Amino acid sequence: MYELRGVTKRYTRGKETVHALDGVDLTIADGDRLVIQGPTGGGKSTLLQMLGGLDRPTSGEVVLDGTDLARLSETRLTTVRSENIGFVFQSFNLIPTLTAQENVETALVPLGVKVRERRERAAEALRSVGLGERLGHLPSEMSGGQQQRVAIARALVKQPKVLLADEPTGNLDEGMRDEIMDVLDTLWKERGLTFIMVTHDSAIARKAPRLATIRKGRLTLTEKAAP
Amino acid sequence: MFFTYLRRELRRRRKAALVVASGLALGIALVIVVTSVSSGMGKAQDKVLQSLYGLGTDMTVTKAAAPAASSSERPRFQFDAREDGDDSEQSSDRVMVQGFQTLAASTVAKVSAQKGVQGAVGGLSLQVLKVSGQFTRGQFQQDGTGGQQGGPGGNGGSGAPQGEVQGGGANFDVNSYSVYGTDVTEPALGPLTSSKITSGRTFRTTETAARVAVADSAYAKEKKLKVGSTVTVKGVKYTVIGVATADSGDAAANLYLPLKQAQTLADAADKVTTIYVQATDSKKIDTVKSAIQKNVSGTTVTTSADLADTVSGSLSTASSLATSVGRWLSIAVLVAAFLVAGLLTSAAVSRRVREFGTLKALGWKSGRVTRQVVGEAMVNGLLGGALGIALGLAGAYAVTAVSPTLQAQLGGGSGGDGGPGGGPGGGFAGPGRQAAAKTLDVALTAPVSVTTVAVAVGLAVAGGLIAGAFGGWRASRLRPADALRRVE
Ligand SMILES: Nc1ncnc2c1ncn2[C@@H]1O[C@H](COP(=O)(O)OP(=O)(O)OP(=O)(O)O)[C@@H](O)[C@H]1O
Ligand SMILES: [Mg+2]
Repeated sequence: MYELRGVTKRYTRGKETVHALDGVDLTIADGDRLVIQGPTGGGKSTLLQMLGGLDRPTSGEVVLDGTDLARLSETRLTTVRSENIGFVFQSFNLIPTLTAQENVETALVPLGVKVRERRERAAEALRSVGLGERLGHLPSEMSGGQQQRVAIARALVKQPKVLLADEPTGNLDEGMRDEIMDVLDTLWKERGLTFIMVTHDSAIARKAPRLATIRKGRLTLTEKAAP
Repeated sequence: MFFTYLRRELRRRRKAALVVASGLALGIALVIVVTSVSSGMGKAQDKVLQSLYGLGTDMTVTKAAAPAASSSERPRFQFDAREDGDDSEQSSDRVMVQGFQTLAASTVAKVSAQKGVQGAVGGLSLQVLKVSGQFTRGQFQQDGTGGQQGGPGGNGGSGAPQGEVQGGGANFDVNSYSVYGTDVTEPALGPLTSSKITSGRTFRTTETAARVAVADSAYAKEKKLKVGSTVTVKGVKYTVIGVATADSGDAAANLYLPLKQAQTLADAADKVTTIYVQATDSKKIDTVKSAIQKNVSGTTVTTSADLADTVSGSLSTASSLATSVGRWLSIAVLVAAFLVAGLLTSAAVSRRVREFGTLKALGWKSGRVTRQVVGEAMVNGLLGGALGIALGLAGAYAVTAVSPTLQAQLGGGSGGDGGPGGGPGGGFAGPGRQAAAKTLDVALTAPVSVTTVAVAVGLAVAGGLIAGAFGGWRASRLRPADALRRVE
């Protein structure tokens, strides 16, 4: 459960100050699925960084299950990320020199999982996204959709509470896009994750029951009745 | 994961690794070659010095250079000219003390009594001039012109007024060789120690008065001397008991005799030309030197360092080149290599900002990411070290294989027996010094010591650490939010 109160993030570059987030209040219940949209430069990625503990707000609170991420030390924040938060990025962000299986294993490294178990769990995660046959492939040997599935397996192998995705389909063509959305939605339903996704895709946004729109750092929430 | 990741990175980014490694390799190879060549130079110089000193000698004591020796000491030969038609040979040996300067034998005891002196032994260097040949008396002719003049050096004609001596002549050889009188009771010190007995035996410590000789191998070959042959010096017959081969190819003397015998031959009873001194502590040579100079008057003390200063020629040029230019060059290349390795590693981290940001986003601690970067840099460093050692060994081996000849001139070329102020050049009238300046050919080698290799390994590790420090510092400053950066 997320509770954001007055989250503000300012970036200062020289004399200019950018209000990437400007007093954002938001509550996200466990198991929720929230889609964030908005014009470019609106602050979507910045919000996701606050939610994922990748950065701290200039002011305000980002409370995850009673812990204010804004006040945690870097070490503690790292632990929160390694245990509770899965990330999926627009450009996949796989380690180019590691195989699919090894890429997935990297998410288990900070948890101190033993090598053998790590391998098994990574293989299992890859099978769950339909890549059981590609364990030893390098990212460069896979299509964009396959790479993103490896990234999803990497995000979910540690069984986090939260899955954060920043334009997960932004680099994919339409066919792949639906495929990836299916994978993500299936996993969200099966695992009871809190799933927060930034997207530029209006089709996805339109279908979303809970939609947050960020413009110039200000957030407006639209809730639709479940279809 | 550390090793898997490391291995994968190095394999997939081989080129980048090789660039860093070969930069370091170049620096390390240069250090190895320069160090080895320098030590080869040192060895060559030691060899040159050893040929004068013998092993274990730290300094020599000679008589302080005094104004030129009186002319009465000059060699003089007397031959009786024979009647015309008498072609019997005459020969005469003139035995001179080398440098005409001697010390009393009691000085040896005085020197060895000095503090810090482990041992001292005196020796007498002699030069023997052998003149042999036929001498015929000239014929006095009242009138007449032309005809042969009296032979040079011969007592040919007693000049008479109004006439010339004709037909008188001399046909003779001048033969010069060096003799060194060695203290047979002290076999461990002195110039003979730099030679190996290659046939026969050396002197026994009891042979103080024996008529025995050890010949230098080169001289023995020239004169066809073997163990058992006899050599005659100034009418005294000596039995050759051994043949000695100089380690450096340059013997201290042609013939070695027991000291007593040499002293008798030169009419220099209880005299020595040089005292060879070994210090108890090779680090305190300078103190010992000043002690001797202060307490034993009228002496000049020459240490091997003094002597090394007088070595000139291509050896010393090359040696100073190796120590100055070579050292600076290798330091410069090494520093440049370290810097380049550091910058390249840092640049490689910059190119992987998103990768490391992602790992941090996944919950990798900053230290773990940094460790990975440092690990890669270390492997690059070690790779560079291995390459550099291979390259350096090959270079040093090539130098040794080619072994270029260097010339060493001793005595700084100061002509003649130095007058006052002649310094070590004049004062060091050791055996084997036929002339004030002496040229030796020494082959240059480049021996690679274990220490050098160890230093190279150390440098490789240092290079890796420096590169790792650059890269690691860069990596540690990356933020997990960098995972979301768009730019590659
Ligand atoms: N590290 C940073 N330093 C300075 N300004 C930043 C930084 N990160 C983001 N910003 C600025 O903050 C604002 C919000 O950026 P953000 O990346 O959150 O936008 P976004 O909604 O994700 O845009 P897009 O749809 O293009 O991804 C932008 O004006 C951006 O220029
Ligand atoms: Mg964005």
